[in-house]
Amino acid sequence: MLRWILGGREAQGVVEKNSVLFSGEEQPKNCFTELQVLKGHFDIVRYLVQIDDFRFASAGDDGLVLVWNVETGERLLELRGHTQQITALVPYTITQEDMTHTSLITASSDRSVSLWDPDTGNRVQTVSDLQSSVKCLLVLSWHNIWLSGGNGLCVWSSGFQLLSKTEQHSDTGVTAMVELPRNYVAAAVDREIIIYELKVSSTESDVSITAFRHLANHQDSIRALINVSDKLFASGSHIGELIIWDSVEWTIHADDQIALEDLHYDGPLEIRLASQKQSDMSIQHLVSDGELVVAAVGSGLYVYNVQKKCMVACRKLAHDSDILHTKLLSQSKLMSCSEDGSVKMWELQEPLLLAEPTTAGFFGMWSFGRPNKQGPSPKRFPEAPGLKTLELMGDLIGHSGAVQMFLNFGERGLVTCSTDHLLIVWRDGERQSHLRGLELFQKLEENQGLS
Amino acid sequence: MIGSPDVVAFTKEDDFGELFPDPCVLPEEFSVPLFTHAANPWTKTAYAKFSKDFILISEFSEQVGPQPLLTIPDDSKVCGTFDLNYFSLRIMSVDYQASFVGHPPGSSYPKLNFVEDSKVVLGDSKEGAFAYVHHLTLYDLEARGFVRPFCIAYISADERKIMQQFQKLSSEFSKASECLKSGNRKAFANELLKKLKDLEYTRSVLHKESELQKMNNGCYSTQAIEKANELANMEKSIYEHKDLLRQITSYPSRKRKDPECVAYEPEKPTDMTDVNLALSSTPSELEDKTVSGDEANDRLSYTPQLIKARSAKCFDKRLKTLEELCETTFFQHTMEQLKFIERSFRGDLCYMYTSQIDRALVRRQQITNFLFEEEEDWQEDGLTKRFEAAGPPAVNQPPSASDMLAEPMSLESYSSCVDTIQIKPEPEFVEGPPESSPSDFTQETSEEAADTETKGSFSSDRSIEPVSPGNLQMQYQDTEVVGMSSSSEECTTLADNAFLDQCEADPSSALYETPSVQTGTDRAVHTFPLLENDLDMNATDVYQTGSVQVDTACCMGQEGFIHEEPLPKPLRGGCGDMVVKQEPLSLLQRDPSLQGDYVLGEPALESPSTALSLPELNSNTLSEEMARINVEDASDTTSYMSTSTSSDRAPSPFCHGNPVTLKQKKRAGQSALRFIRQYPFAQQAIFCLLTGRTLVVLGAEEGTVRKLVNALSIFVPNLGKYGETVQPWLSTPFQLTDLQRWKLIGLQRMASPTESSILHSLIRYSRYIGILDADNKTMRCPPYKGALLGHMADHRTQIKRGSTYFLHVQSMLTQLTAKAFLFTFCHHFHLPLSSAEDEESVVTHRTSFLHHLGYTEEESKIVHFLSELIKQHYIQGPSKGTSQSVLRFNYTTSYLYKI
Repeated sequence: MLRWILGGREAQGVVEKNSVLFSGEEQPKNCFTELQVLKGHFDIVRYLVQIDDFRFASAGDDGLVLVWNVETGERLLELRGHTQQITALVPYTITQEDMTHTSLITASSDRSVSLWDPDTGNRVQTVSDLQSSVKCLLVLSWHNIWLSGGNGLCVWSSGFQLLSKTEQHSDTGVTAMVELPRNYVAAAVDREIIIYELKVSSTESDVSITAFRHLANHQDSIRALINVSDKLFASGSHIGELIIWDSVEWTIHADDQIALEDLHYDGPLEIRLASQKQSDMSIQHLVSDGELVVAAVGSGLYVYNVQKKCMVACRKLAHDSDILHTKLLSQSKLMSCSEDGSVKMWELQEPLLLAEPTTAGFFGMWSFGRPNKQGPSPKRFPEAPGLKTLELMGDLIGHSGAVQMFLNFGERGLVTCSTDHLLIVWRDGERQSHLRGLELFQKLEENQGLS
Repeated sequence: MIGSPDVVAFTKEDDFGELFPDPCVLPEEFSVPLFTHAANPWTKTAYAKFSKDFILISEFSEQVGPQPLLTIPDDSKVCGTFDLNYFSLRIMSVDYQASFVGHPPGSSYPKLNFVEDSKVVLGDSKEGAFAYVHHLTLYDLEARGFVRPFCIAYISADERKIMQQFQKLSSEFSKASECLKSGNRKAFANELLKKLKDLEYTRSVLHKESELQKMNNGCYSTQAIEKANELANMEKSIYEHKDLLRQITSYPSRKRKDPECVAYEPEKPTDMTDVNLALSSTPSELEDKTVSGDEANDRLSYTPQLIKARSAKCFDKRLKTLEELCETTFFQHTMEQLKFIERSFRGDLCYMYTSQIDRALVRRQQITNFLFEEEEDWQEDGLTKRFEAAGPPAVNQPPSASDMLAEPMSLESYSSCVDTIQIKPEPEFVEGPPESSPSDFTQETSEEAADTETKGSFSSDRSIEPVSPGNLQMQYQDTEVVGMSSSSEECTTLADNAFLDQCEADPSSALYETPSVQTGTDRAVHTFPLLENDLDMNATDVYQTGSVQVDTACCMGQEGFIHEEPLPKPLRGGCGDMVVKQEPLSLLQRDPSLQGDYVLGEPALESPSTALSLPELNSNTLSEEMARINVEDASDTTSYMSTSTSSDRAPSPFCHGNPVTLKQKKRAGQSALRFIRQYPFAQQAIFCLLTGRTLVVLGAEEGTVRKLVNALSIFVPNLGKYGETVQPWLSTPFQLTDLQRWKLIGLQRMASPTESSILHSLIRYSRYIGILDADNKTMRCPPYKGALLGHMADHRTQIKRGSTYFLHVQSMLTQLTAKAFLFTFCHHFHLPLSSAEDEESVVTHRTSFLHHLGYTEEESKIVHFLSELIKQHYIQGPSKGTSQSVLRFNYTTSYLYKI
């Protein structure tokens, strides 16, 4: 009787070998097999800044700036002072007699800007009651001055003395700034890029700033502005226009009109996808290593080669939602994070005949599961036969909200910050295990063996 | 070979001719009488008149002679027909205490003699009783010579047990006795103070009277002289009492120098200012009267009484009860200790040995025992710490010097409690478990209810408690709430459990209702509802005390034996009804058959390795508990039979916020056994747990989910003292941080809007979890193909008892732990042996080691995970508890398994 029952059950209980294979779960090239959740913020964490090899700062809407140790996950300092959300966070490195010291400059909606010492946690300098809240900060290290962009542009000395300022712009104000050669600064103001000229006197005590040129080629507001190389800078707009500008030449040819038309590329590279709504085409982020420019366009990734002046690779649906931050790790590897809460690692590969895109690890075992939004393999551009593919190497899923930004510490790990108020440090599990092993034996030695 | 001389030599000559008449019948010399299942092979009490060991407190009363006062457990069944009066006489007759108190030569006033307790072993083979007898002397102002001789005896039918556990018994009883004596000293001092006040008052009254008489009658009238004499007597009496008070109050400082002595006074015995005041007042103005007793319980506002002229006759007065002799709190504390002793020495000697060795060994594995051993075994509460204060307990060894020097823990914790309690009373009850999610309390009605129940009973319990105005009393009461072994807490947990039991027993209770498919075999299970309830009640016994249960670890068919007796009632109501139930026997009736009084020191001679002889088989002595064993066995087997159905006994939910006990784990073993028989993918589930992948048990019905969680909890490494790494019931979506702290989650499947968010979290974090769907009986997790877990979770296992299965699992886990330990601490698995080696060769060492152990790639993951836990635990130290700062995982494909 008993035997019969067992036998019967055994026949029933054969494991279904043919069950669904979740191919996205196998990620041999993804070394991030350990994570640590860092809690401390009470609101969206938007900014991450590396201070040195093992420290970084995070800031967000709760007005807090926290300094962390990336290796231990320890919270080193809590920089309190701002009463409203932080709108910009930049490191401010001063080099004096071979000693570099990195401070942090924060700008907040409470219309104040502060300088912090991340070693002591002191608020070294602060300026409050600004006319408008500062949206971006730019440090010009060789002059030891820094710029703040709000409704207008202000130039500050290292001692937080206002050196010069421009007239007020429209409500939108300065959203991004890049430094150009020869003491020029490009600032994105709504649809325009304004070139400012900085005049620094020999004593460096007298600095003046004047608007030099207005580049109004974009049809919509500019979302991203970066330096590509010494000679080039790039800008991207809300409707997906990507313009690469020459940052040196236009000053030589002081002709506004020519400069505007004398683009390196024939018109802005516009990517429009009919099926997508406008925001899906917005260039959220640009990143470049001097040769390649990666544009996060909506939820897609586009890689552009500035030398060859052509698109190298693209993936229109890299994420389920808008990509917020990207990073080129090497010539062929890049990383992106998105509002869908994931970080994905990509590799540029030569197209293979059977190259199938890996799908994110969704599984449909429940009928109510999310429909597989992952589209088929990206359309190859027939006109560009040399197009490479962006292959998904792995993804990091941990945040329950949009991943705002990430910071790569190389082998020490990767830090992500998110709207779910958390930071996560992703580490190489193998390496961490090895390090713990070393620590163990060190402690063993201290304890003089197993006691 | 048949004809070889060797064989012939072994054969009886008579039988030579008719060798092997029937090959099927065993020769008579080999035949062993069949073991009757009815008899408990472990009981030694077959010929004794009592069913199990007990503790007896007796007194040598000056009025009635030796008399038994109370027994622990306080149950008439325990003693059976055993003649307590007679045995009291026996044990009181061997008092070797030199308890001389009185007027020593050369001194004119009584001197207290702080005598050491005497420890004696006494045997009475006729009664089948052997006893460890601990004599002690308490002070009573009204008693003859101020002393009341008492003795506490541990009575067992097993002589060997008494002899071989002598040292332990001795040290345990010494502590209990010390506690009693401390309370007694305090009470005695209080009594003396009151007496002194009486005397002083009387003296002043007499003084006035004599002045008056002198005025009226002149100095040399008879009355005046009489009064003067009385006054002088009074003065002498005051002096004597003051001296006594000085002696008794100077005791603690003297005794504390003695390391063996346990000083139980959390503060000075009485208000020292009172004492000092009493002692410093000079005997200048005198009046007189003789001594008699007067008793008033009110200590704070004591109004002195006039002392009567003549003392009452010795036999007229009521002697103080034991509880009155000590402070109530001390008395209760002692009772707790004695109960603890009774529990810890319960069971068979052989079993006690094993568990003692076991505990000693576990305690030594400080590096790894956090993984699978229940915490209290090695981080015990005060009571158990006292039990073996220092070093590994050597079985049957004379106590080492360190043993003697070790400060008992309970005192420290005790006084610290007194310190802290005023700031934060009742912390244990107000707070929930440290890491519990709100879900378990908001959604979990049963626990919530139990919680309120706890509070309710707590307050009611306090009201029962005799309200004493004394400041100390109140502190004490609070202390007891915090302490593990308090009677009040015992009460509350009792109520708590009773409530849970009620839930379990009540079939209409939706929470614990189990989906039961009624089959023929199934019914067999349900025929024992009472038994189940009973067992639950007994589990209460174990769980509420939170101390190491020597008896619980027994898998030798002893569970019934252990749990057969109901919970001893907390001795709250005082001992009034326990005193003297029978006429005392005369001391002079000394039995000539009284043989073999073992005196201290002798037992050490007995070898501990003496083989245990099988007790006499006596099928007539089928006692209740033996029958119960069989019943339990049967029920166990029945549940085995009915594995194909989903019928189960009521789940034993994890009690959140309470330490996980071995008992609970064993009960979980039963569920686990059922689980592995029912689910062919049990191995995968266990694999998930052992590799640190959080396992989510998803189900609509709370009872089912909780039961599964409970079953699987025995496989969770680093479970934590309170089971922190397990969340038995969650109805909100979990977060990533939850996966970090919980390794086993019971998740509610709901048909509500929250469902989508829950499922979203399931899908989102699917790579970090295994999902056991209790409703559809599916499992989604990485595959496991090795053989190791097959041994651990073989659905065709022949193991029938839950506790046996638990021990089987435990032993396999211990093996794994041992290998993980080796793996962690072998230098060359992690570091190059020489500079010539590079990182790769180290990796090779590592993999080849695991390969040599016969572990597959998947099993290596288990070792890796355990090793990481050990590393972290070793680096951080045990203070961090179960909290894991990081979440480790790997990217592997999951498969869906179905039944």
